[in-house]
Amino acid sequence: MKENILKIEDLVVAFSMYKSGTFKKEKLEVIHSLSLDVDAGEIVAVVGSSGSGKSILASAVLNLLPGNAVTGGKITYKGKEITKERQKELFGKEIAFIPQSVDYLDPLMKVGKQVQGVFGTDERRKELFSKYRLEEDTKNKYPFQLSGGMARRVLITGAVMGKPDLIIADEPTPGLDLEMAKETLDHLRSFADNGAAVLLITHDIDLALNVADRVAVFYAGTIVEVAPKSDFLAGKDALRHPYSKAFIDALPQNGFKPIPGSQPYAGSLPKGCLFLDRCPYKDDACTAEQAEREIRSGKVRCAHAS
Amino acid sequence: MLLEANNITFRYTEKSPLILRDVSINVAEGDRIGIVGPSGYGKSTLAKILAGYEKPTSGTVTLDGAPLPMKSFCPVQMIYQHPELAVNSRWKMAKTLNECWHPDDFFLEKMGIEKEWLKRWPSELSGGELQRFCIARALAPETKFLICDEISTMLDVITQAQVWNILLDTAKERNMGMVIITHNLALAKRVCTKIVKAQEL
Repeated sequence: MKENILKIEDLVVAFSMYKSGTFKKEKLEVIHSLSLDVDAGEIVAVVGSSGSGKSILASAVLNLLPGNAVTGGKITYKGKEITKERQKELFGKEIAFIPQSVDYLDPLMKVGKQVQGVFGTDERRKELFSKYRLEEDTKNKYPFQLSGGMARRVLITGAVMGKPDLIIADEPTPGLDLEMAKETLDHLRSFADNGAAVLLITHDIDLALNVADRVAVFYAGTIVEVAPKSDFLAGKDALRHPYSKAFIDALPQNGFKPIPGSQPYAGSLPKGCLFLDRCPYKDDACTAEQAEREIRSGKVRCAHAS
Repeated sequence: MLLEANNITFRYTEKSPLILRDVSINVAEGDRIGIVGPSGYGKSTLAKILAGYEKPTSGTVTLDGAPLPMKSFCPVQMIYQHPELAVNSRWKMAKTLNECWHPDDFFLEKMGIEKEWLKRWPSELSGGELQRFCIARALAPETKFLICDEISTMLDVITQAQVWNILLDTAKERNMGMVIITHNLALAKRVCTKIVKAQEL
């Protein structure tokens, strides 16, 4: 049994906001009873449509949510809950974040200084720069002077400065060409092979399948299926949830067949199964709340899965 | 109709390096030409030149032998990678959609645009929803050629398949010519009639 690094249990995230035209507040629940765990040496890819709440998941783990967010459930790191006091010890040292873009860097500070941060050393920075093929004079550049691929490598060096045990990468590949995207993911793979746990958030499922061990499929704010990579590679018949099957079917190298409709808005979710409106197999059993079930070494929220 | 780019050379300023050197490309009606390749080979620049948004340093872009019209509706239309940057953030969606023609209800339904979205601001729609508006806006009846610059990279695969199926149906129905720029070779194989590598341009 491998050591469990990150465990998320029944996470709920809601935003409280004003109803339009009134002074009353309402809660908009964007993530509903979500559970996921990541073990040491493992990459778990979270895939799903845009607007399904993938990035909110990352923000919830890293406590980066805005002030009007209300959270419930439990997030534990190495068996202990992440409290305010532990955050200071962990973030930036044991838990690292690779953000979506250079926009997360300070535009007025030279890259070298930012990468090194408060805890890093110049030696470690040099070592990492040569490992990621960044020229030594990159350290004197400002974020706007970096190309897309360089920026990505700078963000990675910043994240791994403190030899983290948990890496959370939020959409690390869009905008990169295939070679560079693969290289970025290979870096993540090598961290995992050295014993770190990686949570990879992406919508690029074919790329994610190259490196991930398990894949969690996100839809409308919760995980509808978690399955080992081999099931995704085996094709749609090995998958459990109709949404995951539709996902595979829509890939250009497969059927390129879309399903009609769009993801429900967080304010007007259907009762019961979230995928109800678009599911080709729906019947009466789907109107009840769908609990998570374990089937064939994966998890799924669907009454009909087998 | 024939869209031709002849011996295009391009650099942004006199001091900057050449981005395109002596590039020629022909797109006939009904052609769907895919351009694939790594970043930095001037794919997007070529797209902007073909649509008339950039002037080449030397070389010409012609439509049936004549230069692209600058003062009337241009039959060559372009769709961008980032829909949120291609719409006016201070206009409601109805105004953006009707910018150059008035799509009817039947067309909107086919595009998967819901009536209710027309009253919203761009910030209240997702990337995939906005991209549908940008595509609908570009598909005026006078449009003969469509330049698509990475129009589906930020969409999830189901929305991507939805958007491409609509576009391909319309393109076949009207016999439009298309230039499709993408990183995704599988996608290019699926939608294009011919694929060109950016390195060989």
